[in-house]
Amino acid sequence: MSTIPTPAPQEAATPIVIVGHVDHGKSTLIGRLLYDTDSLPDGRVAQIIESSKKRGLAVEWSFLLDSLQIERDQGVTVDSTRIPFRLGTRQFVIVDAPGHRQFLRNMITGAADAEAAVLVVDANEGAQEQTRRHAMLLRLIGIRHVIVLMNKVDILDYDQQKIEAAERDVTALLHQLEIEPTVFVPASAREGDNMASRSDKMPWYKGPTLTEALAAVPAPSSRADLPLRLPVQDVYRFDTKRIVVGRIERGRIRVGDEIVIGTQGARARIATIESWHTAPQVAAVAGQSVAVTLEPDVIPDRGDFLYPASAAPLRAARIRTRLFWLRQEPLRVGESFRLRLATAEHQITVAAIDSVVRLEDLTEHPAEEVPPEGFAEITLAVSETMLFDPFVPGTSDGRGVLVDRNQQIVGGAPLIGVAESVAGRNAIHPTGSAVSLWDRARAKGHRGGVFWMTGLPGAGKSTLARGAETRLFSRGIDVSVLDGDTLRAGLCSDLGFSEADRRENVRRAAAVARILAESGQVVIVALISPTIADRELARQIVGEGFHEIFIDTPQATCEQRDPKGLYAAARAGKIEGFTGIDAPYEAPVRPDLRLETANASSDETAARLAAFIGDEIRLDEAAQRQKS
Amino acid sequence: MDDLDQLEAQSIFILREAYRKLKPLAMLWSLGKDSNVMLWLARKAFLGRVPFPVMHVDTGKKFPEMYQFRDEYTKKWNLELLLGDCPPVEDIDPTLPPAARSAARKTAGLAAMIDRYKLAGVIAGIRRDEQATRAKERVFSPRGAGHKWDVRNQPPEFWDQYATPHEPGMHVRVHPLLSWREIDIWRYVEREGIPLVDLYFAKDGKRYRSLGDQDITSPVESNATTVAEVIAELETSRTSERAGRAMDHESEDAFERLRVAGYL
Repeated sequence: MSTIPTPAPQEAATPIVIVGHVDHGKSTLIGRLLYDTDSLPDGRVAQIIESSKKRGLAVEWSFLLDSLQIERDQGVTVDSTRIPFRLGTRQFVIVDAPGHRQFLRNMITGAADAEAAVLVVDANEGAQEQTRRHAMLLRLIGIRHVIVLMNKVDILDYDQQKIEAAERDVTALLHQLEIEPTVFVPASAREGDNMASRSDKMPWYKGPTLTEALAAVPAPSSRADLPLRLPVQDVYRFDTKRIVVGRIERGRIRVGDEIVIGTQGARARIATIESWHTAPQVAAVAGQSVAVTLEPDVIPDRGDFLYPASAAPLRAARIRTRLFWLRQEPLRVGESFRLRLATAEHQITVAAIDSVVRLEDLTEHPAEEVPPEGFAEITLAVSETMLFDPFVPGTSDGRGVLVDRNQQIVGGAPLIGVAESVAGRNAIHPTGSAVSLWDRARAKGHRGGVFWMTGLPGAGKSTLARGAETRLFSRGIDVSVLDGDTLRAGLCSDLGFSEADRRENVRRAAAVARILAESGQVVIVALISPTIADRELARQIVGEGFHEIFIDTPQATCEQRDPKGLYAAARAGKIEGFTGIDAPYEAPVRPDLRLETANASSDETAARLAAFIGDEIRLDEAAQRQKS
Repeated sequence: MDDLDQLEAQSIFILREAYRKLKPLAMLWSLGKDSNVMLWLARKAFLGRVPFPVMHVDTGKKFPEMYQFRDEYTKKWNLELLLGDCPPVEDIDPTLPPAARSAARKTAGLAAMIDRYKLAGVIAGIRRDEQATRAKERVFSPRGAGHKWDVRNQPPEFWDQYATPHEPGMHVRVHPLLSWREIDIWRYVEREGIPLVDLYFAKDGKRYRSLGDQDITSPVESNATTVAEVIAELETSRTSERAGRAMDHESEDAFERLRVAGYL
C-alpha cells in the first residue's frame, strides 16, 4: 500500500491569452517565459536548438509553439495553442493567438475564455492594425484585465523617454476602447529583460516583471451569488422520470426552490437533484452540470432559462448587440441567421446596422454594411420574444453567437439591451429579404426614402405632395403619396380622433411608409402629425431615410384657404380637438426642409420640394458607375 | 468547485451537447485510461447509462490484458459494444514511416466503421497536452468528406458554442477531454475509483504510461504500483506522455500527417 496522500483539491488553471500584431513577438515571449520558469519538458529545449540550427538561425524560442510543420515552413502561427504553465503554486494555461489577419476566428477560439490578456506591442513599431483589432476583440469578448508588454525595448536602447512615449500611444488607443490596462511592462522577450527576472538595464522601471504581473491576475469571481440562470440543455426520460439537464450559469439551486421556466412563465419547484456515483445532492452552484426533476412535472424545452421569479431576465423581440463578424464577406441589413444564447437558438434578421467601427482609428460611423471581419453595433429582430441578460464581462450573460444555416459560427454578438421596438409590439415575426436595399437602389437608379410632411390643416401638404409626385414620376422615379385623408378612408377607417387614435394613425402611416421605402420607393407622407412626439415615433419606425418637411403656412392663411371647410366647422363647434383651433400644433424645431407657402405659388413650392427629394435620393457617383 | 469538478462539469456539458445534436453518435473506447475516464463521465452525464454504442477499433495487436478488460467491463457497465477490424498494413500508404504506417491501420479501421454506421458524431478521448498537434483541436471538430481534418480551416469555437454541420459524408469528432491534462486524468481516476488495465502499474521496474499496439508502444521506467504513486511520479516527471509511442518521433511531421488523415 502506498503512503502517499491524495493531492489536495486544486484551483482550476487561469487561462491567459497572448495577443498582438504579427511579428511583435508573441511566440518568442511564450517560449522565453516557459524556458525562464523551467516549464519545458526534458528534450524540448534540445529540440528547439536543433531545429533552429537546422534552419541556420539563432535559438528561436517561437519554434516551441510553432509545432505544426506548416507553421515552421511559413514562419507564422496558424492556430491557437494552449500551454500549461506554473508560477509558484498557481497553474496557468497560456493561449497563444496568431497575429495573422485571416486567422481571426482562431484567436477568438483561444481567447474567449481567458481571464486576462497580455497584449504584446513592439515598442519600436507601436500599435499596428492587429494590435487595434485584437484590443477591440478583448473588449468585445469581455476581457478587462490587460497587461501590455512593450516588447523589443533593447532596440530602443532601454531608453525611458522613448519607451514611455510608445506607452502613451498605446494608452490612448486602449482608452478609446474603455480598456484600462493593468500595467505596462517594458521588456525584451528575446533577451529575457523583465520577463521572469528584473532587467538591470532599466533601473528606472519600478513596476512588476511579466511573471509578477501574471501572478497578480485576480482569480475569477464567483457567479454563485448572482440570481439563478439555468439554461435547459436537454430533457431525458429515463425509466419513469423526466429529467431536466443543464449547466448552472449563475446562482444556485436547492431542492424545494421555486423557479420560473422560459418565456411561457410556468412555475415549478426543484423536486430532486439527480446524480450518479456521488453523495445525494440537495444543492448545486454555478458551473455545475446538473440533472433535476420538477414538481409539477412540466416539460421545458431546450433553451428555456430556469430563473427565480424575483429576478427575471429581460424580454424582447428586438435586441441591440455588438458584433464581431467572422466572415470574409460583408454583412447587410435583412440577412437572417440563428442567434444562439446559451442553449437557446432563435431565428433572427439583421434589422439595422447602427454603426460600424473604422479600424484605422477605432471610431464609429454609420454604414450600409459590416465589412468582412468587421466590428459593428447592430439591431437584431427576433422571430419571437426571447429572454436574455445583457452581456457582462466575466460572466456568461448575453453571450450571443450567430450561426448560419449550416450551423457554422459566423459571428459573436454580445447582447447590449432591448432595442426600441419598431411597432411598439413584440409579437412580430419579420423575415428578411434576400434583395438588399442596395440591390433595389441600383436597379431603380435611386434610393428609397420617406419624406414626411407636417403642417396645419390647409397648409397645402396634399397639394404639394401630389405636385412633387407628378414631377418626380416624370423623371422616372418610383414615387407614391400617403395622404392623411386617403389613409383614413381605408387602412385607418376604424380610427377616430382621440389622442390614442391619432397616434395609431401616425404609427400605421409610418409602418406602411417603411415597407414601401424598403421596397425601394420614394414615399411622400402628407399628415398633420401635430406633435413632436408623433414625428419622433414616425422617425423611429422608418429609421434611416426619414426626412421631416415642415409646410410652414400661417394659420390665418390656412383658415382663409380652408379647402375642406374644416376650419369653419371647427369654429362653429362641430369638430372637437381640431388642430390649430382647440388642439395644439407643435412646429418642427429643425426640419430637414422648411417650405413657406404664403408668398409662393404651389407650382413653385412643389418644384422646390421635388428638387429637394431628387437630391436626397440620388445614388452617389461610385454607385452610379457600378450601375452602368 | 475544485479543478476536477470544473473539468467534470465541462465534459458532462460537452457529452450532453453531443448526445443532443449528433445522431447517430458513438464513443471510441480504446480501453486506455483516458477512454475509461470518458466512459465514466458519460455515465455521470446520463445518470449511470451510456445511451450510445461504444466502438473498439481493433488492430488485433493490443495486449491480452486489454481484451480481457474490454470483455469484463462491457458486461459490467452494460455497454453496447461495436467492434471493427483494421486492414492489413500492406494496404496502408507506404510512404509513411514504419510505426506511423502501422498506426494508420487504425485510422482506416475507424473510417470504415464511421461509414458503416453512418455516424454523425464520434466521441474521442484525446487531450491537448498529449501532443502539440492535438493542442490545435476543437471540442467539436468537423471532418469533411474522406474524414479529413482541415487543420487550416477549422471553425471558430467559443462561449461553449460548437459547430455541428450536417452535410452528407461529414461527421464531427467530439473531444470531451480536450482540456484535461495527464495528471488530471489520474487524479480523477483516484477520486472516482475508476478501474484501469494493470499494464499502467509497475512490474519489474517498468510500466506503460500510454497504451497502444504492442509493437509500437514501449513501457517507461517506474516503480509506481498504485494510482497515488503514479500521481506522485507524474508531479516530478519531465518527459512527455507519448514518449513511448514510436510514431510520434519518426519525423517532424509524421504525427501531423496521421492526424490530417483522421488519426486521433
